Amino acid sequence: MGWDFKKGIPIYSQIIERLELDLLSGKYQLGEKLPSVRDLAMEANVNPNTMQRALSEMERSGLIYSERTSGRFVTLDHEKIDSLRKDLIRKNVDQFFTTLKNLGIKNEEILKAVEDRCTREE
Amino acid sequence: MAILELKNLTKRYKNFTALDNVNLTLEAGRIVGLLGPNGSGKTTMIKLANGLLQPTEGYIAIDGKLPGVETKAIVAYLSDKEALPNWMNVKELIQFYKDFFKDFDEARATEMLQSLNISLTQKLSKMSKGTKEKVRLILTMSRRAKVYFLDEPIAGVDPAARDYILRTIISNYEPNALVLISTHLIADVENVLDEAIFLKYGHIIMHKNVQEVVEETGKSLDEYFREVFAC
Repeated sequence: MGWDFKKGIPIYSQIIERLELDLLSGKYQLGEKLPSVRDLAMEANVNPNTMQRALSEMERSGLIYSERTSGRFVTLDHEKIDSLRKDLIRKNVDQFFTTLKNLGIKNEEILKAVEDRCTREE
Repeated sequence: MAILELKNLTKRYKNFTALDNVNLTLEAGRIVGLLGPNGSGKTTMIKLANGLLQPTEGYIAIDGKLPGVETKAIVAYLSDKEALPNWMNVKELIQFYKDFFKDFDEARATEMLQSLNISLTQKLSKMSKGTKEKVRLILTMSRRAKVYFLDEPIAGVDPAARDYILRTIISNYEPNALVLISTHLIADVENVLDEAIFLKYGHIIMHKNVQEVVEETGKSLDEYFREVFAC
């Protein structure tokens, strides 16, 4: 069936987002070997060159690395994953903050709502 | 190096110009969409590339050669019409392809047929339209060709079969081959394409990387296509 993609956003950047989530969620562990470009392309139902581009960008940012003969692996560096997690948190909070701010909701109200939500969770 | 080159290519049928002075160069290793509404010249272009039509002016070259015996050995072509002998069963069709094409990979074909539960003894004439399309595509993609011309490979099959067909194209993709897919079903193919060519009344009005189109317009290729070809 392939992965779900949003319209109007380049596929490779959506692939990166998706794979980053897979790293954070632990679907792929530190140091784990990733499926081949072709297999990932088939899973996502995208062009292999697009998948290749996404993986190359992730290599450049150090989240994955490749060994010439044996394929691509998730980084062994905890810090990379940690900073990815922080980025993700910041991105989501920013987005949610912007939405509420645009509705004219005050900081104290937002903070209160977040605290309430956390309390309910516990 | 360019694997497909069209130079000042014109095809006229009596008073109708199907292709008008078209220039195009495509590299190997790409999956390219030949996109345009009905009657824009897609099938004419593919037929010219396969030597089924002769150009009125200009030429088309595949791997530096004009369409002929040599190019047919490296080109896998899925025509827009059913062109296989209807009375044959799957096994006979495989033999037929083996006889004609040196690059035909029987193991690959058999494996795909098996994964779809298509029996070797089934006759083409007894198959549903969707199954026929799948068999035709499997035979075409089982060649280790340098150029694949797929004329409307997904028209007329259900969405599940479309997914299967696209996955077949991706999984059999050879890094050194060119795959040219003609279709007007943009939404279905856009994630699979490297490049898109928009054809309108026999003219190429756009030829770009799909990701570039998306980045520049903030639209999907499908949305952009609808805008460009709005009636």
